[in-house]
Amino acid sequence: MNLRANWRKLINVVMLGLSGMCTLLAVSLLLFILGYLVWQGGTAINWAFFTELPKPVGEPGGGMANAIVGSAKLLLLAALIGIPVGLLGGIYLAEFGGRTWSFLLRYATDLLNGTPSIVIGLLAYGILVMPMRQFSTLAGGFALGVIMIPTALRTAEEFLQSVPRPLREAAMALGASRWKTIATVVVPAALPGIVTGMLLGLARIAGETAPLLFTAFSNRFWSPGWIQPTASLPVMIYTYAIAPYEDWHRQAWAAGLVLLALILIVNVGTRILLSRRTPWERL
Amino acid sequence: MRELTKKIFCFALALISISCGEQAAKPVLINGAGATFPYPIYSKWFDEYHKLHPEIQINYASVGSGAGIRQMLVSTVDFGASDGPMTDEQLAQANVPILHFPTVLGADVATYNIPGVQQELNFTPEAIAGIFLGKITKWNDPLIARENPGIKLPDAGIVVIHRSDGSGTTYIWTDYLSKISSEWKEKIGKETSVNWPVGLGAKGNEGVSGLIKQTPNSIGYVELVYAIQNHLPYARVRNAAGAFVKADLATISTAAAETATSMPDDFRVSITNPPGQEAYPVASFTWLLIPGKITDAAKREAIKSFLRWMLTEGQKFAEDLAYGKLPPDVVEKEMEAISMIQ
Amino acid sequence: MAMSNKASERGIISQRAHFWFQRLHEGDAVAHLVTLIVASTVLVVTGLLVYELWIDSALSRQKFGWKFFFTSTWDPVFESFGAWPFIFGTLVTSALGLLLAVPVGLGAAIFLAEMAPPKVSSALAFVIDLLAAVPSVIYGLLGIFILVPWLRTSAEPFLNTHFGFLPLFQGPAYGVGFLAGGVILAIMILPYIISVSREVLLAVPPEQREAALAVGSTHWEATWEVVLPYARTGIFGSIFLALARALGETMAVTMVIGNTPQVSSSLFAPGYTIAAAIANEFTEATGNVHLAALMELGLVLFVVTFILNGLGRLLILATAQQGTARE
Repeated sequence: MNLRANWRKLINVVMLGLSGMCTLLAVSLLLFILGYLVWQGGTAINWAFFTELPKPVGEPGGGMANAIVGSAKLLLLAALIGIPVGLLGGIYLAEFGGRTWSFLLRYATDLLNGTPSIVIGLLAYGILVMPMRQFSTLAGGFALGVIMIPTALRTAEEFLQSVPRPLREAAMALGASRWKTIATVVVPAALPGIVTGMLLGLARIAGETAPLLFTAFSNRFWSPGWIQPTASLPVMIYTYAIAPYEDWHRQAWAAGLVLLALILIVNVGTRILLSRRTPWERL
Repeated sequence: MRELTKKIFCFALALISISCGEQAAKPVLINGAGATFPYPIYSKWFDEYHKLHPEIQINYASVGSGAGIRQMLVSTVDFGASDGPMTDEQLAQANVPILHFPTVLGADVATYNIPGVQQELNFTPEAIAGIFLGKITKWNDPLIARENPGIKLPDAGIVVIHRSDGSGTTYIWTDYLSKISSEWKEKIGKETSVNWPVGLGAKGNEGVSGLIKQTPNSIGYVELVYAIQNHLPYARVRNAAGAFVKADLATISTAAAETATSMPDDFRVSITNPPGQEAYPVASFTWLLIPGKITDAAKREAIKSFLRWMLTEGQKFAEDLAYGKLPPDVVEKEMEAISMIQ
Repeated sequence: MAMSNKASERGIISQRAHFWFQRLHEGDAVAHLVTLIVASTVLVVTGLLVYELWIDSALSRQKFGWKFFFTSTWDPVFESFGAWPFIFGTLVTSALGLLLAVPVGLGAAIFLAEMAPPKVSSALAFVIDLLAAVPSVIYGLLGIFILVPWLRTSAEPFLNTHFGFLPLFQGPAYGVGFLAGGVILAIMILPYIISVSREVLLAVPPEQREAALAVGSTHWEATWEVVLPYARTGIFGSIFLALARALGETMAVTMVIGNTPQVSSSLFAPGYTIAAAIANEFTEATGNVHLAALMELGLVLFVVTFILNGLGRLLILATAQQGTARE
């Protein structure tokens, strides 16, 4: 009996210990990735990286200034698509939606969220690149915007729904219409959460590469306007990483560090902001 | 909230108008895509030309010859580039006539990464065909060893590395293999991408040289300059006259000399496996694919003037990057052909 | 809703009309309509996607029919396309990824949900969520320069000498190949499995495990015999979601898989996945049939992830409802 009890205790300790190890493994993976990128990228990064255009193939030096601006433009376009659609769609689901229609929309959103980003790239190629006969920032931004919609929409909805009922009822009791209540009470109350969601959505698409390969394409120079092909950080990382040149590898690490730093700053920053502003949110 | 929206809106508008303004102004933006084989020289040219003519910006993406042809056919780029000439069917698909302009001469080399072997190996055509057909699987196979006395080849498996994308480098390589091996010709054929019997795929000449560097006991084919830039050894190949020849400027030019006088009017010609004693057998012209009709006058003039510059001044950059200059006869013929762009 | 109910209760038509007028006047109806239209773009986009993929793959579907899925030639010269090597590669790498990630992910989720104090748990869960935020292309970068050399020089020779009797671990160690693809996928889907499973486990009513502990179970027994079975459906859901993600993952896999369309019994062999094929070949497919075949690959990818995601969401939904129902 005693033996059996001891055995059970042993199993208990071993298994719980193992589960702890699993957690440790996952966490140390992140630390390793971060550490390695900081080490490799940190030694590779320099001022030219931010200010210069790429050099001709095989010549060392140069930078990714055009790719940094290109990525920013792509994200701006994506935000112009993702944020309004996400916000208004979220308002519909949270405030107006009937049962069946909302369920359908929610489900479709989740499925779109799970659709591989490269397939979205095919869509952008089909409806923008082909008719315009031109690879463009526009097509890349559209693809990224579509990828952003599901995250933006669902977080907006979630945060709107988490606004306490009494707040709405108070506004309605004062004679405000539903739309007025939403616009002046509900949305502002949920705003920190919504902004967070949007920023996280942007952070997610900032690193997307696959759909850009055949929409935004690439560019060795600055890409003026919106209907020219453009360089972007993720695509540069890809092309530089698979190339044989040492100097390109160096720059790929630097670009990786910049990209990851931006994404992690947004992730950590929004979380800190959020935990301060909205006490009723569980995140 | 409303203030913020307004601000964002204004900001967006401003951005759009700025960029539109830029576009309405002078710059001529030309987009091209295609072969990675001549990418080092093209990126040099477009860079130099941009310095001479700051208003003209030629953006070239090295995505492979297959992509160059494809994007040319669907007109998503202003010009394409390929190391394999377009086929008659492909030309028939195009909605405008497409002109071929040879730019430089290059060579495919068999480059390898065998730990402990830094020497240049000698390859017979049979050995190359055998390796790429998957029939020769060990480095110390007698077919390889026989021609390389004194070099200690390891008893290690050969890792073949080829292109995963549609590529003119592949076209030249398979064009050569089809000429020297009837088995290759029947089973695999020549094309920008083929159904490889063995090996690992990598993207672009960049990718193949990168993977060879990373993978011990590997062999692959890349454009000469990629082997030189990456300090990879490359093999001497036995040519049609029976001599083992190393790829360099002289042997590449010799390979082209033969055809220079008999160049067809559309410049589509293969110079692999030529007869000469001094000729490197896996060389080729590489072509720019220019539409015969360009409606945008500014673009048309920019492309024409670039072509003229490339055929004269531009050729000076070629040899530094291990590409062969065009034979004078060919340059002359191309100069005439430029007027065909309308 | 509340107000319109009240109005209909009264049943006075004029008042109702007045109410509607008011709504219109105040912009309620307009707002309703506008948000509805915007929200519906999600459906429109999904519809467009299906339409594009379906239309553009027509040539390939007509030419190859169902044979497309079972033949293994991918030959642009003779325009003969069979998707089996790509499907095979996608399945093998994803299965391998799940095999490696599920035990670890589940273990970590159990630790976070059952053992760690809530504060530590949510902090660690956040750190793990960050892992999910790392872009695919950065995993690829690390894959090329760390994972592949390590596999080639250490892991694959080790597996070959000790488990070489299995066909899985035979053949030359290239580094790139199915194994590299699987490992990188495992790392990439790990955070998804952890965070969804953790949430599912946290949703299990505390009475369940308290009851088990009260009758003398150890902590582990309560978890293994009561909590896990309770959360089973939801955990399967999380695995489905992770699988869908693995199937569609593109860049990281493209960079380490070896890009060779072949079916092989060895994990060391290079392969290809559906997503990688599209990424590599889409811009350069010169023939129309080639292009249509790639579009059909995209269609396959879409349909499969669609089904998996649908199932996964339903399972998670079911667990969540089960949880609330029994509370």
